[in-house]
Amino acid sequence: MAADGGMGFATKRREDVRFLTGRGKYTDDYSPANTTYCAFARSTVANGTIKSIDVSVAEEMPGVVAVFTGEDFVEVGGNPAGWAIVSRDGDPMKEPKRPVLAHGKVRHVGDAYAAVIAESLAEAMDAVEAIEADIEELDAVVNMADALANNDVLVHDEIGTNQCFDWGWIEDNRAATDEAIKNAPHVTTLELVNNRLVPNAMEPRCSIGEYDPGTGDYKLTTTSQNPHLTRLLISAFVMGIPENKLTVHAPDVGGGFGSKIYHYGEEALVLAAAKKLGRPVKWTSTRTEAFLSDAHGRDHVTKIELACEKDGTFIAFRTETMANVGAYLSNFSTATPTFLHGTLMAGNYTVPNVYVNVKAVFTNTAPVDAYRGAGRPEATFSLERVIDKAARELGINPVEIRRKNFVKPDQYPFASAAGLEYDSGNYDALMDGLEKHADLAGFEARAAESAKNGKLRGLGVNSYIEACGIAPSNLVGVLGSRVGLYDAATVRVNATGNISVMVGAHSHGQGHETAFPQVVADMLGVDPMSVEIVHGDTSKIPFGMGTYGSRSLAVCGSAVYRATEKIIKKATLIAAHMMEDSAENVDFADGEFSVKGTNKKVGFGEVALKAYIPHDFPIEDIEPGLEETAFYDPANFTYPSGAYACEVEVDPDTGKVDICSMVAMDDFGNVVNPMIVTGQVQGGLAQGIGQALLEHGVYDENGQLLSGSLMDYAMPRADDFPNLVVDHSYATECTHNPIGVKGCGEAGAIGSPPTVVNAVVDALQRGGHDVEHIDMPVSPARVWEAMNG
Amino acid sequence: MPTVTMNINGRQMSANVENRTLLVAALREDLNLTGTHVGCDTSQCGACLVHVNGKAVKSCTMLAVEADGADVETIEGQANADGSLNVIQQAFQDHHGLQCGFCTPGMVMSAAALLKENPKPTEAEIRNHLEGNICRCTGYQGIVNAIMAASGQSVAMAAE
Repeated sequence: MAADGGMGFATKRREDVRFLTGRGKYTDDYSPANTTYCAFARSTVANGTIKSIDVSVAEEMPGVVAVFTGEDFVEVGGNPAGWAIVSRDGDPMKEPKRPVLAHGKVRHVGDAYAAVIAESLAEAMDAVEAIEADIEELDAVVNMADALANNDVLVHDEIGTNQCFDWGWIEDNRAATDEAIKNAPHVTTLELVNNRLVPNAMEPRCSIGEYDPGTGDYKLTTTSQNPHLTRLLISAFVMGIPENKLTVHAPDVGGGFGSKIYHYGEEALVLAAAKKLGRPVKWTSTRTEAFLSDAHGRDHVTKIELACEKDGTFIAFRTETMANVGAYLSNFSTATPTFLHGTLMAGNYTVPNVYVNVKAVFTNTAPVDAYRGAGRPEATFSLERVIDKAARELGINPVEIRRKNFVKPDQYPFASAAGLEYDSGNYDALMDGLEKHADLAGFEARAAESAKNGKLRGLGVNSYIEACGIAPSNLVGVLGSRVGLYDAATVRVNATGNISVMVGAHSHGQGHETAFPQVVADMLGVDPMSVEIVHGDTSKIPFGMGTYGSRSLAVCGSAVYRATEKIIKKATLIAAHMMEDSAENVDFADGEFSVKGTNKKVGFGEVALKAYIPHDFPIEDIEPGLEETAFYDPANFTYPSGAYACEVEVDPDTGKVDICSMVAMDDFGNVVNPMIVTGQVQGGLAQGIGQALLEHGVYDENGQLLSGSLMDYAMPRADDFPNLVVDHSYATECTHNPIGVKGCGEAGAIGSPPTVVNAVVDALQRGGHDVEHIDMPVSPARVWEAMNG
Repeated sequence: MPTVTMNINGRQMSANVENRTLLVAALREDLNLTGTHVGCDTSQCGACLVHVNGKAVKSCTMLAVEADGADVETIEGQANADGSLNVIQQAFQDHHGLQCGFCTPGMVMSAAALLKENPKPTEAEIRNHLEGNICRCTGYQGIVNAIMAASGQSVAMAAE
């Protein structure tokens, strides 16, 4: 039964109260006694040889307690890539070392080569200015095609190439796909760019290192989406600190969107400095540093071909992509353009042939890694743009060409031509809902109205599928992941009946503190407010792989479910003992245990108390206590899907695009808290619309980041959006996790960019302009040029 | 170092600060009022927005010494006297106007400034007013809805 506030209720978020009253505790809000402050010296050139670094003046500056350079970290390990990709020729990917501080060379603007620790932040920043670094600037390589075409400029000299890997998916399907395209009645080709984005979580990264010389214990308080993974990387690869001597605590975290998944060198530095000084060391990123040193997102250059019959039946998709990995391999950077991208290149469609080639390229730019959607937005954008172009060439309505090729409800489980097995979905039902909800039939009338006002109106539609709930371990292992991607939870029923749930997922906006208790309360028939989520602290939680890839509820929530099942099982034993009957005769419902066919019953709270005062337990059969842990590893990815529509008005005089409406129909499976899910989709839509219209991480040919501040990088503001209409009432359950959920965090960012660009191209074509594509961001200048160029 | 004394949320508070110390740094580092946040270094994001002598001010644009003698209101002083959420804060919770919570103090203080000047803003006026506050989580929908609700107006709810 659904307890009030249980599954499916739009429960208000309990965490809001502390955030709304200024009592949230983010990393920078912690200042342990005797804290010192850290500031970094960062490269101002994109490529350079470090000839010498003279820190003697800086060391004598007021307040300075220590200065570190790359020399101090030569003996420690590098920060590794988490996925091993094998090239088409069988060679392993190139993995140059990523050091804590640059040593020998700097490889991108913002690459840190020294750090100052001082009594105050101002003193540390002053001393950074006094470091004399003789760095000989070298030519930089920024453009991916240039980087691949010649080896005159190498980002990493020791690997002799700028190509990290040359990957084919699925290589065995290459010949058949080539053949199908060669013989196809119609082939549509599109070249496009998936623009580089800067994640810009509003809380800049921050790390505090502490060391207790008495016990040898380290503590890292840091802005992380996955503290256990950070601990594992620091322990096993970078610093060799035993995991049992290192606590990683990610308290309240102000957004992540991928950028806080990864372990960064600053975290290792504050730990090493804390040990050396015997004092806490704190570093807080400025926004400028965030632009230069946070992992960026996207940055693909792609050619995609769609082969089809004259009636629009898809025959093959073939994709060639260059994916920028920047100057160093960030932890997930090799998975994003490959297994989170190539495996989705069949989309929602029954297309029989798919082949994807991805060349990952080192450049003298900031590392690029997973950003909200991570590979799936790139896949969806390529597919849904080329499909729109094909529909136009063939004279088929864009909705109809998609419907014609959709996987149908009776085809599940469906083996896609890109190697995944979709477990459930109904794309026609979503499109039906979209046609109604977005009033597609009424578009022409609205277009006529816009024309009267001198505006060009366009309609864009899109359908997407994503692979979420990133796991399962066996599958991601086959795909190259060096870790398993399960998750874990401990449910601890305290003696007085309230419940602590320790979860491996981390909440940094997703509302876990409210949603996870809804699941537990529903199962146990207790008040949700008696259930408390504990997250973010490796010393309190069994383990966890963290929050990304829309995985928290599908994977960690399922672990919570499994642990709660174990609680019910054990509590049933205790209840049976209390009622002097056998467990088989005991039912549990609505928070009460009862003996079948009798009026004997005992409440959950009484059982909890009994578990901790077990004077008469048969101790061979029942252990005292009521606490259970589950590690949950799913059988498959989950497959959320959706159909989106966008209407735009283009001002033909200026090229400015206004979004008139955006409607998102999503199938997320079961929904635990509809209010939170709606908010997740709206946030994703905003980031996707931001990518489509506004945002662009731009480097010049020398590797200087031109859009390197919030003055230059067009972050979306409130007046860039209309009301964002979200509907997730239609659902097909995930078939393999116990809650039937699919994940909702990334959908909006995946589905919206092609929807917007499809709408803009539609508007221009309706206005008589022969425009087939405009690269994102679809800025007024680009639109105007497309119309008048 | 100069001493600055301010009336913050109705209490006299003093700190010794350098001349170059920003108001936001004095609030956070010297007075332990960490509800006011720093999200950028170019006065764009609005996470540090407070009220100084009744006006909305980005506290990263003002030196602490300039605020000597001023009345300052921060997010810590916004709740009702009994500790319950005030009308704006409650509307943010009711309409899911926050996710990670980092921009939220600035948003609430900005909303308060708007409603003081314009008790019944239109949706367009709200969106325009929020130009100086960046949220990366919500797509602003919940925030706009919350401010509409806090001003006693009906909310054009997105479908759920």
